[in-house]
Amino acid sequence: MASALKKETLLQMYRSMVLIRRFEERAAQQYGLGKIAGFCHLYIGQEAVAVGATEAIRPDDYVITAYRDHGQALARGADPGMVMAELFGRSTGYSKGKGGSMHLFDIEHHFYGGFAIVGAQIPLGTGLAFASRYRNEDRITVCLFGDAAANQGAFHESLNMASKWKLPIVYICENNRYGMGTDIARVSAEAEIAKRACAYAMRGEQVDGMDVLKVYEAVKECAEHARSGRGPVLLEAQTYRYRGHSMADPATYREKSEVESERKNDPIPRLRDYILRVKAASEPELDAIDAQIKKIVDEAVKFADASPEPSEDELWHDTIVEPGEPDVRPRERVLGEKVQWPSYPSGKELKVTWEIEPSGKTEKKVG
Amino acid sequence: MPEIMYREALNQALAEEMERDANVFLIGEEVGKYQGAFKVSQGLLQRFGSARVVDAPISELGFTGLGIGAAMVGLRPVVEMMTFNFAILAMDQILNGAAKIRHMSGGQLRVPIVIRGPEGTGGRLSSQHSQVFDSIYSNFPGIKVVAPATPKDAKGLLKTAIRDDNPVIVFEAERLYAVKGEVPEGELLIPIGKAEVKREGKDVSLITWSRMYYYVEQAAAELEKEGIHPEILDLRSLRPLDEEAILATARKTNRVVIVEEGWPHVGMGAQIADLLQHKAFDYLDAPVLRVSGLDVNMSYAANLENLIQPTLARIVGAVKKVLYLEEK
Repeated sequence: MASALKKETLLQMYRSMVLIRRFEERAAQQYGLGKIAGFCHLYIGQEAVAVGATEAIRPDDYVITAYRDHGQALARGADPGMVMAELFGRSTGYSKGKGGSMHLFDIEHHFYGGFAIVGAQIPLGTGLAFASRYRNEDRITVCLFGDAAANQGAFHESLNMASKWKLPIVYICENNRYGMGTDIARVSAEAEIAKRACAYAMRGEQVDGMDVLKVYEAVKECAEHARSGRGPVLLEAQTYRYRGHSMADPATYREKSEVESERKNDPIPRLRDYILRVKAASEPELDAIDAQIKKIVDEAVKFADASPEPSEDELWHDTIVEPGEPDVRPRERVLGEKVQWPSYPSGKELKVTWEIEPSGKTEKKVG
Repeated sequence: MPEIMYREALNQALAEEMERDANVFLIGEEVGKYQGAFKVSQGLLQRFGSARVVDAPISELGFTGLGIGAAMVGLRPVVEMMTFNFAILAMDQILNGAAKIRHMSGGQLRVPIVIRGPEGTGGRLSSQHSQVFDSIYSNFPGIKVVAPATPKDAKGLLKTAIRDDNPVIVFEAERLYAVKGEVPEGELLIPIGKAEVKREGKDVSLITWSRMYYYVEQAAAELEKEGIHPEILDLRSLRPLDEEAILATARKTNRVVIVEEGWPHVGMGAQIADLLQHKAFDYLDAPVLRVSGLDVNMSYAANLENLIQPTLARIVGAVKKVLYLEEK
């Protein structure tokens, strides 16, 4: 139960959500100043989903998402300065400034990106889960996407394979009700995304995505289900973004009153109230966290602003892997810190024991 | 040296690489129980099991993306496209995904995946099953593209492609699967990006790849009868292109005809012609000519299907033209 959550977990969630909120507000400000360009999709309002999910899974589980990716990267433990630097298009960013806002990757923390074609990360996430199953690991994948992605073929093709092959994956649909400017109900025969799970004989559930504790509990349960070999789950987190689709969107397609009423559900004050109510922390303790986060975000902006643009020579790197070329470890490259990098058994060590169809025979259905 | 079919050579390559490296798995439509739509994967399910020879649903976008995702965490998938016509459905994953993930991640990730299957004229299959995608895929940075003509090259290039740390497109051809040729048993690695002179000559260079190689050999045999000695350069790889080999043959014969199965507009041959005018201009004694498929959709009718593909007459005619032997 939520009430049984340790103080440390609650404070970690609070810290993480406030970090995302303050980071995104500063990103918006920096966008206004012209420091950030292109498309910049803010996560403001949806923090409970990334944070609840991240706290509910293991650090070595895989996470993959769409272009609204700052929140997930930060929740996963990415360095805020290097994320901001990526948004600024600077060489100290996670992708050396080559990816920008929509393509954050932090492989050290098993965060696999950052994809800007709606729904395209769903087959990729399914592949991450396939690899875990193939290697007989007990790690799971959390694959996040928006409501509009559920209308892509990629969604349906992936869920079908994942369910049939019992892949260890939790699909989290962050239903913020709008695909860009289009209300999901205007273009969906069935706007409750979780219901679509039944078409693929898998578990489908809804959760209040504005309540981090509920998200945490739901993802914990779904992750357990996936980890124990019972197959994938589709979890629909009902959430809301307070800003437009991207910085370029004034969001004129929805009533101000709608946004105002949703603000009453703001997941951050909700968690703060809860923490105070159960006396997990005092007002001054939370204020101290707020102050600490403000400092972290200030420093992130300073770090990004002081960083150089990528050298022109970088044009010719990272398109083709040359023989013997190692992978780039961002925090090692930028901050000089020794990092733990994912490693896997070699082709000689690996023993594949999984059979999708035992003894190569197809299942026969009776009746 | 044993003589085996192109499909058997591919099968050997797959079996050897799957034996050598448990990270390699094959996924695609009908690759398992059916033993492969073109029998390339014959026997592999029995040998390696159903997690390594995966019968996929007809979801090209889905299973290609699944392969790319698995490659992002170190597996080495081989995705079989029943034909590359169906890969159009997976192009988002290949071109927006596989080709860009190394770059978008700033070098954090690599995508060691092979996407292979037949392209080109299927044989009385009309327009949706008879297309050449050489120039489309070769246009994209971030992937490699090979198109072997012979069983030996098919085996050697597929093995190299599986070991490559980048996405590699392997274009086969439906009408090549039964072609026989000598193939060494066991280890055979042919480097990507290396063309091969398949016939030494001095009068004209015929540059080609994949199935058109056999058309060009036939044309060369005709030309030899008239005392013309063509050199045949089989590109084998389309990206990266073996520029050195292309320039070397042009400098040697001073006349070039490019023969390709695909359409002429923005075709691969245009890229080669550009290279030649740029880097071998002073060596050329005639304009570079291209013989390609006609600029129309493929028809079902046998006579039209034959005319749309490069014909012997068109290849021989082009050679005579660059030799200024044609009286027209």
